[in-house]
Amino acid sequence: MTGLADLALLYRAQFKITIAGQLQYRGSLLLWMLGLVLQPVIYLAVWGAVARSNGGSVDGYTDRQFAAYFLATMLVNHATFTWIAWEFEYRVRHGALSPLLLRPAHPIHKDIADNLTFKLLTLAVALPATALLALAFRPVAAITPATAVAFVPALLLAIALRFAIEWTLALAAFWTTRVEPLNRLYYVFALFLSGQAVPLALLPAPVRLVADALPFRWTIAFPVELLLGRLSPSRMIVGLVAQAAWLAVAVVLLRLVWARGIRRYGAVGA
Amino acid sequence: MASAIAPSPPAPAPCGPLTAPVPGGSPEPALRVRDLTKIYVVPEREGGLVASLRSLVRRRQRAVTAVDGISFDVAAGEIVGFLGPNGAGKTTTLKMLSGLLYPTSGEMAVLGHVPSQREKPFLRQITLVMGQRNQLQWDIPVIDSFELNRAIYGIPLADYRSSLSELDDLLDLDDLLRKPVRNLSLGERMKCEIAAALLHRPRMLFLDEPTLGLDVTAQRRIRGFIRDYADRHDATVLLTSHYMADVEALAKRVIVIHHGRLLFDGALAELVERFSPHKTIAVDLDRSVAGLDRYGEVVASEDYRAVLRVPKADAARTTARLLADLPVVDLTISDPPIDEVIDRVFSGGRATAGDEPPPAAEAVPA
Repeated sequence: MTGLADLALLYRAQFKITIAGQLQYRGSLLLWMLGLVLQPVIYLAVWGAVARSNGGSVDGYTDRQFAAYFLATMLVNHATFTWIAWEFEYRVRHGALSPLLLRPAHPIHKDIADNLTFKLLTLAVALPATALLALAFRPVAAITPATAVAFVPALLLAIALRFAIEWTLALAAFWTTRVEPLNRLYYVFALFLSGQAVPLALLPAPVRLVADALPFRWTIAFPVELLLGRLSPSRMIVGLVAQAAWLAVAVVLLRLVWARGIRRYGAVGA
Repeated sequence: MASAIAPSPPAPAPCGPLTAPVPGGSPEPALRVRDLTKIYVVPEREGGLVASLRSLVRRRQRAVTAVDGISFDVAAGEIVGFLGPNGAGKTTTLKMLSGLLYPTSGEMAVLGHVPSQREKPFLRQITLVMGQRNQLQWDIPVIDSFELNRAIYGIPLADYRSSLSELDDLLDLDDLLRKPVRNLSLGERMKCEIAAALLHRPRMLFLDEPTLGLDVTAQRRIRGFIRDYADRHDATVLLTSHYMADVEALAKRVIVIHHGRLLFDGALAELVERFSPHKTIAVDLDRSVAGLDRYGEVVASEDYRAVLRVPKADAARTTARLLADLPVVDLTISDPPIDEVIDRVFSGGRATAGDEPPPAAEAVPA
């Protein structure tokens, strides 16, 4: 086992590298952020219009509550998203995984460090963008100090859970050279069942049941609803436990799949 | 009289340092490989839409044997040249030895570890340098990548500094360290790659074409560096190269593989001996002479000078005839260039894997 102090050193060094690397690409970083901000604006425009034409609200969401929902969703999505599936496909196809495998540290540490660094870096854009959008759409929500405090562990668990799921999924690259269709399938499921495109409360009952049984909602909808004061204390607790349980499952799966996948690595070219 | 004979030992002792390991004997080798085999399973598909659709339903796969049951040992501190044409299985072997690839079957022990388990103590002691593959981060100064490696390998600061100054000494890195990698020339980058790969002072070096694409000066430099490093740290080196000069300069022992099989394992000189049935005789004459092809195959000739190739067994006799018949000013007998020998080994292929020298083939690919 790598000692904790060693890991801290490793993360610090990786942070520096990633920041230096990312800052070389400020332009593409900004474009990326623009995409991030545009997506909720579109949902917001659509659902706001639906709410207004529906006499002010849809299933308990007014247009300004939609605004709160989609802005919070944007932030949580920003905090939890990963690009690991694309990166992993490249690594496996081009042998770029090899240098990482030679290091006496699990490759996942680099990815965690990269991801966190990128998130911290882009916060500088995401927060002002949220503030501007808030001015434009005037969201309302029942955020209290209690929900704000409970939001912290919920968000952290969501970040860890989504990372573990997507890292595991990315390992499919060891078995097939075409992970693109799989990624798309996952993305579509996640888009709807995580509450990104629609608040889950608006979905038909059977679909809601499916969403409950799958891990997606725990990565986005749950922390969002919790923050906005839409959950009772008991449902908050149940949610946090569910997040932790799914995380445990995902981590076990990740280890298993990694151990099997790495045997198939062809180290092409490199 | 008697005293002159008495002190001499009864049998020649196995002299010299630990070079070629004795099978079954002596200390634990740094590297131990037994029946190592790697079979890749690759999807097989013809071009075209129909074939693509068919492959959706039933995928055809083909097994390709890249490494086919090779065995060898390398003693600690040895530098071994690993030779073979493209696709012979050299790189695959190096990747298995460094823990990147799982072998299909067979056993390996590197410094007492099983590479495919990729234990941290193992990874800390080895390095793999591949020709064009960058460990270095493209967009940032070299020194930052070095710092990252310091953190990854947990190198204490004092060791890091002495390692860095030693590498700087040998490779002359000073001006390069502050430059982003993308601004370096190929040779400069290679020097930095090698330095990055050695910061943690590995005891086992796997070098895959470390001089690929470099000019002659840079090649010589890297070569000298590898030798110095191995000496200083008693490191074991297994290196592949297309440049025979690398191998000649560094390795006393070579392992030749072809089609994944071990073709030869022994001293470089022995390789030449075994696989080259010819000697080269160069003669300088004090006047131009016709009909030299009576003495052997004329490889080159100009005014007063000629190079002949003769069967090894005839070399002495031919030399005597040349000296007797012709106005010879100077004469040298040598083995053919190593490149030529290697060419011959590979074009001979599997057939020559036995102990017998290959039948003296006429057609030698130029």
